[in-house]
Amino acid sequence: MTSITDPPQGSFRLSMLINDTRYRSYTFQAIAFILLALSIGYLINNLFTNLAAQGLDINFAFLGAPAGYDINQRLIEYTSQSTNLRAAFVGVLNTLLVAFLACVTATIFGVLAGVLRLSNNWLVSKLMAVYVEIFRNIPVLIWILIIFTIMIAVLPGPREFRGDEATSSMFLGISAFTNRGVYVPLPFFERGFGGATDLLLVIAILVGSFFGARAVTARATRIQEATGVRPATLTTNLAIWFGPLIAAFLVFGLSFEVPELKGFNFAGGIKIGGPLIAIWFALSIYTGAFIAENVRAGIQAVSKGQTEAAGALGIRPGRIMSLVVLPQALRVIIPPLISNYLNITKNSSLAILVGYADVTATLGGITLNQTGRAIECILLLMLFYLTISLLISAMINVYNNAIKLKER
Amino acid sequence: MTDRSNIAFVRTEDVPAMPPPPNAAGPVKWIKDNLFATPANSVLTILAFLAIYMILSGTVPWMINGIWTSPSLAVCREILDGTTGACFAVLTERWNQLLFGFQYPTDLYWRPGLAFALLFFAAAPVLFFDLPRKLLIFTALYPFIAFWLIWGGSIFGPILALVSIAAGVVFYQRFVKNSFALGFFGALVTAFIVLKIGGFILPDGEITEGAMRSVPSRDLGGFMLNMMLGVTCVSLSVPLGIALALGRQSSMPIIKYICVVFIEFVRGVPLITLLFVANVMLGYFFPPGSGVDLFLRVVIMITMFSAAYIAEVIRGGLAALPKGQYEAGDSLGLDYAQSMRLIILPQALKISIPGIVNVAVGLFKDTTLVSVISMFDLVGMIRGPILASVEWQGVYWELFGFAALLFFITCYGISQYSQWLERRLATDHR
Repeated sequence: MTSITDPPQGSFRLSMLINDTRYRSYTFQAIAFILLALSIGYLINNLFTNLAAQGLDINFAFLGAPAGYDINQRLIEYTSQSTNLRAAFVGVLNTLLVAFLACVTATIFGVLAGVLRLSNNWLVSKLMAVYVEIFRNIPVLIWILIIFTIMIAVLPGPREFRGDEATSSMFLGISAFTNRGVYVPLPFFERGFGGATDLLLVIAILVGSFFGARAVTARATRIQEATGVRPATLTTNLAIWFGPLIAAFLVFGLSFEVPELKGFNFAGGIKIGGPLIAIWFALSIYTGAFIAENVRAGIQAVSKGQTEAAGALGIRPGRIMSLVVLPQALRVIIPPLISNYLNITKNSSLAILVGYADVTATLGGITLNQTGRAIECILLLMLFYLTISLLISAMINVYNNAIKLKER
Repeated sequence: MTDRSNIAFVRTEDVPAMPPPPNAAGPVKWIKDNLFATPANSVLTILAFLAIYMILSGTVPWMINGIWTSPSLAVCREILDGTTGACFAVLTERWNQLLFGFQYPTDLYWRPGLAFALLFFAAAPVLFFDLPRKLLIFTALYPFIAFWLIWGGSIFGPILALVSIAAGVVFYQRFVKNSFALGFFGALVTAFIVLKIGGFILPDGEITEGAMRSVPSRDLGGFMLNMMLGVTCVSLSVPLGIALALGRQSSMPIIKYICVVFIEFVRGVPLITLLFVANVMLGYFFPPGSGVDLFLRVVIMITMFSAAYIAEVIRGGLAALPKGQYEAGDSLGLDYAQSMRLIILPQALKISIPGIVNVAVGLFKDTTLVSVISMFDLVGMIRGPILASVEWQGVYWELFGFAALLFFITCYGISQYSQWLERRLATDHR
């Protein structure tokens, strides 16, 4: 701490390293640094001694060697002859896929449950409280196992859909829930350019609509600020969102490939494997319970005076929510929400338990066991998760800075 | 004043209040206000009733028809004879395995059982501070007693550890008045020296007096393993977390960045990768031939993991204290250790209690992850030996339900305790 009197003048003595607060911190830091360096050196030395004793070394060449195992669930081309690196990359994409899906659904569950928990309806709010408590207090591992068990032991096998006396039937005639996975219709363009290009086209249209809708809203705000009357934007926005999409569907001929029972299994459509569904759904309902608590806390954090003040200004209830309550609640909700997304990404590593080929299962599981390169595999695995979480932390920081209360 | 006799009628007492109309009072009004206030609300209520009905109609007959004694699933199905019903017999039949794992010696179950019962006495003075402070002596002795009860072996090992720690504490209390650093680090050195001397006098395994049959760590399992990991790691990670949080707040850049890197690294990776490290990698970092057992390696990694999270919680508590508290400590002439011990930490820890309990609950749930690295905790027992056995293949719901119930009771209990503590510690008189 600063002191008002001038520090005593005089030559530096060695005892000042311990007795003088100005120099003592250097002593402590030097000691800490030396201790750290010594212990790291000791550990690394042990590592190399142990590795040498077993005739091992640290070498990343195995990444280029053929993996030699198959992966069912994959987003990119992969065969058992592909390299370990590609297997790891398939795993990375699978991790990101399940994390993304679970983030979306967990947000939906969480927001619904959080808002309903504040409902005036006694029964509904109690029901949501029970949901939150039950799911928060039971390990996600058990939820994953329970849902996986539903997928493999309760859902009917494809053969039960066969024949005249079938015991199961397809849901609405277009989707099949079987113990080998869920089959849903695959949308495609009859006169399109082929899979990936069509998908990009749809995404491009949606992005365009997003910016279009934003421009319309900005214009409405400008007019409102100039004249005090806000023009109606709902129809325009709906047209901008759905018009181009429907036009594209008509031009290219949108059509669905419905899964059909062929032989002993279903063919066609999109197959979502049981493990993916188990991990996706379990993470969604588990994290949804946490998000519900965040949402509730965020809404409750906006003081009632804000709502009343807005009401006193004559703002309609719907706009009170969107202009006064939500912007303030989101400030409280979003940072923990993003860290829940981070938790989902990290918890998706539990996919190894049900055999979903995420990066922990490919790089940290099969590749590790087949090559015996434990240290390299685990280091790469940690590096991947660390990168993701640092990126997400950076996002939180950017957001926090952007929404920080602007003070004088 | 007017003369009363001139007036035809003057009411001298109040009319008794009429009872409210039947639909504006009592249960009817409550139902109207809370369940059917608006059409949307009514729809929600009906949907909620439907959901409750569906859940109950599925589970209640299943539970009521449950069979509690049967040697196997096949016999159970025979008894049920086609009706819906649970087969809780798997719980009674495999009760000991679920709690203690399948390798712990059957005749020694009383030892972990006793350790578990004593845990409540040890934890009570920590959790409820109205109890006499003298009980904390038992809390201090408990780790050694529990270690001896669960692992067995010679009693001299735990006693030696106890003596060396006691020597350290004595040294600390003698010298902490001079300087905290001297007291603290001197105590560590003293404890270490006493331990070494003791190990010299009493070589391992040669003393058999007071020895109980020893049980190796790999024989531990079941819910006992979850409890052990949870309790050990939480109690170890709180001090470590405090140290990390203080380090992260420190003005010394080297110490600060060591702590920042450690915390951010551990928080950035999933626990499962740290358990992989414990399983396949950590052994390489110990001196050749030391053969640290898996339980200890897992405890090290989980402790590091939760310490990083606890450190962040405590950092929040430290940051929430008004700056005046730090300045007050300085202006009283207290040095860093004194102002932390006497002024800052008591307040900061109080603010952090809910967060610490959240981390503890999360940690306790995460102990189930050890089943991934083939330790047979409760979930590991269910997935492995029990569901794979011939008798009980296919008994999913009873087992998962039981595991879920155990964890729910424990975690919900802890979080209720935390809420009670928060109310109890609220001193801001609002």
